[in-house]
Amino acid sequence: MIQVEGLTKDYGLRRAIEEVTFNARKGEIVGFLGPNGAGKTTTMRILCGYMPPTSGKASVAGYDVVDQSLEVRRRVGYLPETVPLYPDMTVFEYLMFMADLRHLKDAEDQVDTVLEIVNMEDRADGYIGNLSKGMRQRVGLAQALLHQPEVLILDEPTIGLDPAQTFEVRKLIQELGRERTVLLSTHILSEAQQVCNRVLIINKGKIVVEDSPESLQSRLAGAQRVALRVSGMIDDLESLLLNIPGVMRITPMDASSLEFETQPGQDARPEVARVVVGAGYDLLEMRPIGLSLEEIFLQLTRDETAASDLTGEIPENEMMEEG
Amino acid sequence: MRNVWTIARREFKLYFASPAAYLIAFMTLLVLGIIFYANVVASMLQQFAPSIQVILGPLVTIFLFAIPAITMRLLAEEQRLGTMELLLTAPVRDWELVVGKWLGGFLFILVIIAITWFYPILLNQLVDPGIDQGPLLTGYLGMVLFVGALVAVGVAISSLFSNQIAVYFATLGVFLVLWLVSMPSQAMGAMGGGLLQYLDFSEHYYNTFYRGVIDLSDIVYFLSVTILALFMGSVSVETRRWR
Repeated sequence: MIQVEGLTKDYGLRRAIEEVTFNARKGEIVGFLGPNGAGKTTTMRILCGYMPPTSGKASVAGYDVVDQSLEVRRRVGYLPETVPLYPDMTVFEYLMFMADLRHLKDAEDQVDTVLEIVNMEDRADGYIGNLSKGMRQRVGLAQALLHQPEVLILDEPTIGLDPAQTFEVRKLIQELGRERTVLLSTHILSEAQQVCNRVLIINKGKIVVEDSPESLQSRLAGAQRVALRVSGMIDDLESLLLNIPGVMRITPMDASSLEFETQPGQDARPEVARVVVGAGYDLLEMRPIGLSLEEIFLQLTRDETAASDLTGEIPENEMMEEG
Repeated sequence: MRNVWTIARREFKLYFASPAAYLIAFMTLLVLGIIFYANVVASMLQQFAPSIQVILGPLVTIFLFAIPAITMRLLAEEQRLGTMELLLTAPVRDWELVVGKWLGGFLFILVIIAITWFYPILLNQLVDPGIDQGPLLTGYLGMVLFVGALVAVGVAISSLFSNQIAVYFATLGVFLVLWLVSMPSQAMGAMGGGLLQYLDFSEHYYNTFYRGVIDLSDIVYFLSVTILALFMGSVSVETRRWR
């Protein structure tokens, strides 16, 4: 359904994506995972016919995105990252407008259907300008589903939603993905793992890893950051911990606490606990904290040169993995 | 064509939902009313019958300032809201978008023009034995063509910016240039003076439609400006994609 080959896009001198190649079949949910500015949006915009690539080829539903752009646009439902809404229209008017642009025959029925899908029937006559962020997101999603497209392209579909809504939307995407092709972007690893059949990790415009969520999971298993707190001063604890197989990168936090990372496939926590207690410390707290996306890249790619490229690029607070 | 109508209808409706559009329409009619009143009083004092020109002349000038305010929103607002992405990924051709926007703005101004018919009717009552119908009809025909061209230029300029204030002043600037471009033509003599005169908007209005004359070349002029501006607007929207 989606075929992308050697896609490259330059904005002036800056290269946004480079030689991106992937496929997505019918009934497949493909996740685009990467930090902000990695090229997710650019790739999606090209696939929706919003802009042409600098070089490379892409086709959606069998139509070339450049030469048969209108055919592509008829078959794609697209939810851009900044949800495109008219604040001075009601939800119903807005969806009817989009239905008219798509020449839907039974427009009102279709609008009612999508309103039901996104659970917004009761807000149909409300002005979009008065809606909350989560509701806007759902109206945007309704717009993308309106013409029952074969291919859905969703740019960060769960951003700004509360946990309950996030859950609903993820469930909805999974249902939709059964008979459609869904390409969604996210910077949340767990979301990609939960929802997608296949995950593409993109960074700095290049696809770094292409894998199934299961094998991503196994590559990542045990890889985590752990916070450790003892009573009293840490003193020589750092050097003791470094001797434990699987422990790496220790960062002292304050006088009595530190954080360390464990290698994938090795859960070093039991051994750490033994060593800490054995050395005469009182173990007050040992708590796993999520890896940031940056750290996940480091874990997944394990390519030292690529890894050193990554560090310092991404503000950590934005990239913190959920949960 | 269906898409053109869908977009035009949304634009047209939106004007009636926005206080700014009412304000512009109100100010246009108010200023026209004041000038109309002053002209009628002046002609009464000087003992000559006022003609339809006391309405058409000021109305054209007011439109030069009011139309940029009406067209500035058309494409600039889509860019600001991010809805341009929605329209450019919908199965709509770029020219359909631009022509739809033009039609929406044009129809709104036609409504304002229709309201100004109140003044000729009033004038007809004041003047004995009634006003000359010829210049009235040609004057309004010319006005419609003229306004169509102005709105097209406005839409084209609206595609260039996402800031509406920038669009307003850029549009007003272009209108004033088009309106006054023939001024240096006398000084230039044969050296391109004729060309400047041909390019000038006012030349195509005041010398013919305004005086009750319909000249095919003026109709062709206004229609070509409209089509050319809409074409440039479409190209401008298309080039956005390549940026």
